[in-house]
Amino acid sequence: MEIQNMSKDEEIEKLLESVKNITSKKSDWEFKDSFKPQYTTGKGLNRKVVEEISDIKNEPDWMRRIRLKALEIFEAKPVPTWGPDLSGIDWENISYYNKPGDSNTNSWDDVPEMIKDTFQKLGIPEMEQKYLAGSVAQYESEGVYHSLRKVWEDKGVVFMDLDSAIREHPDLVKQYFCKAVPITDNKFAALNGAVWSGGSFLYVPKGVHIDMPLQTYFRMNNEGTGQFEHTIVVADEGSSVHYIEGCTAPRWDKNSLHSAIVEIYVNKNAKARYTSVQNWSKSVYNMPTKRAWVEENGQMEWVGGSLGSKVTMLYPSSYLRGPHASASNLNISLAGPGTVKDTGAKALHFAPYTTSKIVAKSISIEDGKAIYRGLLRINKGAVESKSHVQCDALLINDESASYTFPHDEIYEPTATFGHEASVGKIGTEELTYLRSRGLSEDEASSMIVLGFLDDVMREIPMEFAIEMNRLIKMEMSKMGAVG
Amino acid sequence: MGIMTELIIKNLSARVEGKEILRDVNLTVRGGEIHALMGPNGAGKSTLGNVLIGHPNYEITGGSIKLDGVELVGKYPEERARAGLYLAFQSPVAIPGVKLSAFLRTAYKNLHPEEKLSVNDFYKLVSSHLKKVGLDESFMSRSVNDGFSGGERKRLEILQMVILRPKIIVLDEIDSGLDVDALGLISDEILQFFNDQTAFLIVTHYQRILKRIDPQFVHVLMNGKIAKEGDRELALRIENEGYDWIRGN
Repeated sequence: MEIQNMSKDEEIEKLLESVKNITSKKSDWEFKDSFKPQYTTGKGLNRKVVEEISDIKNEPDWMRRIRLKALEIFEAKPVPTWGPDLSGIDWENISYYNKPGDSNTNSWDDVPEMIKDTFQKLGIPEMEQKYLAGSVAQYESEGVYHSLRKVWEDKGVVFMDLDSAIREHPDLVKQYFCKAVPITDNKFAALNGAVWSGGSFLYVPKGVHIDMPLQTYFRMNNEGTGQFEHTIVVADEGSSVHYIEGCTAPRWDKNSLHSAIVEIYVNKNAKARYTSVQNWSKSVYNMPTKRAWVEENGQMEWVGGSLGSKVTMLYPSSYLRGPHASASNLNISLAGPGTVKDTGAKALHFAPYTTSKIVAKSISIEDGKAIYRGLLRINKGAVESKSHVQCDALLINDESASYTFPHDEIYEPTATFGHEASVGKIGTEELTYLRSRGLSEDEASSMIVLGFLDDVMREIPMEFAIEMNRLIKMEMSKMGAVG
Repeated sequence: MGIMTELIIKNLSARVEGKEILRDVNLTVRGGEIHALMGPNGAGKSTLGNVLIGHPNYEITGGSIKLDGVELVGKYPEERARAGLYLAFQSPVAIPGVKLSAFLRTAYKNLHPEEKLSVNDFYKLVSSHLKKVGLDESFMSRSVNDGFSGGERKRLEILQMVILRPKIIVLDEIDSGLDVDALGLISDEILQFFNDQTAFLIVTHYQRILKRIDPQFVHVLMNGKIAKEGDRELALRIENEGYDWIRGN
């Protein structure tokens, strides 16, 4: 038994080393490149901009109509005030569409040198070779690269950026586009509907089980830009798939906006896992809307790591629509200095015998604020449905803060649900103990933080755990003084 | 011949939460020596251990602590550990989620960066010593002290000492909470580790450990001061007569 443990630890250590080697020594994802987009709609948003985007993409009419309708909704809806302060979003000074270049290729050799270099620094091509069944890379507003191993292509799997999918599989896309997340959902979903560009489309046919993950990597490069990808994952009946998203952006002074839509359709007896590691720079407002429709006996798993960004509002939701559908959310949020993480999950039980499980762990550093905001709704008729919510917060400094806002709407008397919450502070005794054995303050505090996350880390994919591990260690070591 | 190990504590005074606990403590411990530190409850024995390792809740108000000529006052706990100081805590704290294997390996790498022991060899080393202190291998993948009994925590303190190989070791009531058999195992590990480059300061109330690990020097701390010094005879007399006769001096 121990031998297995050892070799797993050794493997993790080796992987960590190799990750270190393929990423730039300087400060990892924070590097900037001087790439200028080939085309931009300029600053600000109006009908002309939306039409321009639609023209460039040479879209079908139905899509153009959705965009224009969405713009109206966006303009009509007020900025939400029930959560974090969003007054720093400089709507007029954001450029909503930035096209990096003409190529969208399936060979890294054809990706423009500077962009290729960026993804290489982030270790994307290497990851693709080692762990992935397919990969899409997006730079600013457009996908620049996509690939899918032939074995899956032959089985009818579709994996490409959404723009290409609309051209190549229009009917399939139309069937799912904005069904789970309608453009009327909220102001940011409407914005996405109007100016969306890029994102991935993944379709897994009936009965196909993809045993390696597929990944999309999003990179924002220029300051004052917006990224509005729209991703659709369809796991058709009896299929299974694991889709991963990674996001980074360099450090800027000017605020930027990321407002994505992710729609996941888990059909009967299917299983989908969506993993995302978001590590935006501290100038990004991150406001995505992510939702899954889970049909009979389907299983949806959300695994999320939310680091960086100035403000994040993110509540992946699961609509349990068929009997015995289930959903789980494992979320880790790190609220660094000067940042607000307003994150959580929603589970809506519409059918009998549905289950949901939510585990949220947050870490607040210095004046970072971590908020858990959740919704649990069990409709009348969702008999014998079950839900469990657990939120744990760790505060690193005296001024660190954490709040919990769970909201329950239970209309079914046979349903059972439970909540657990804990708040802890990193302790002097623990730190001193570890330091007295030769660990630096950074090492000791990141070890305690990772220890706090351990029960979640055990349940998530190893590559993700390693990446989170690395990012948290980096975040902690930037902190300097702790305690 | 290696370099001489020498800890010199000079006129050391310290306080906790504004209260003076140590006053002008003088103590010298050299490689190859075993010292016992005794004294009634509240005399400042544990404070001395914590002050030595640089616990941030303890404030040094005067004096110096030199290890092999290097001043430790003002240094971080990790720097003191690197200098070769080790405290086996009286009540080791539990750290949920921090795996013993990962923690110990990081500590080992920090303290012995020049040694390139593979992960497997390192774990073999830890496994063999786990057995010697009476813990099974499953402890390797458990969280540090989390859910451990009092005795298990003490065993783990000794295990860490053997793996990390410090020079000056303070054992703060390592004998409390251990049954006779466990005390035997622990004492054997301590004695095996002991050599002319290492030194022990054993903080204890009892003879039972001093019978196994024979001290050449015995110091009695009372009211934050070294009130009496002697050899093993002093420890025996305290066992029989208590501390009152020293107070009377």
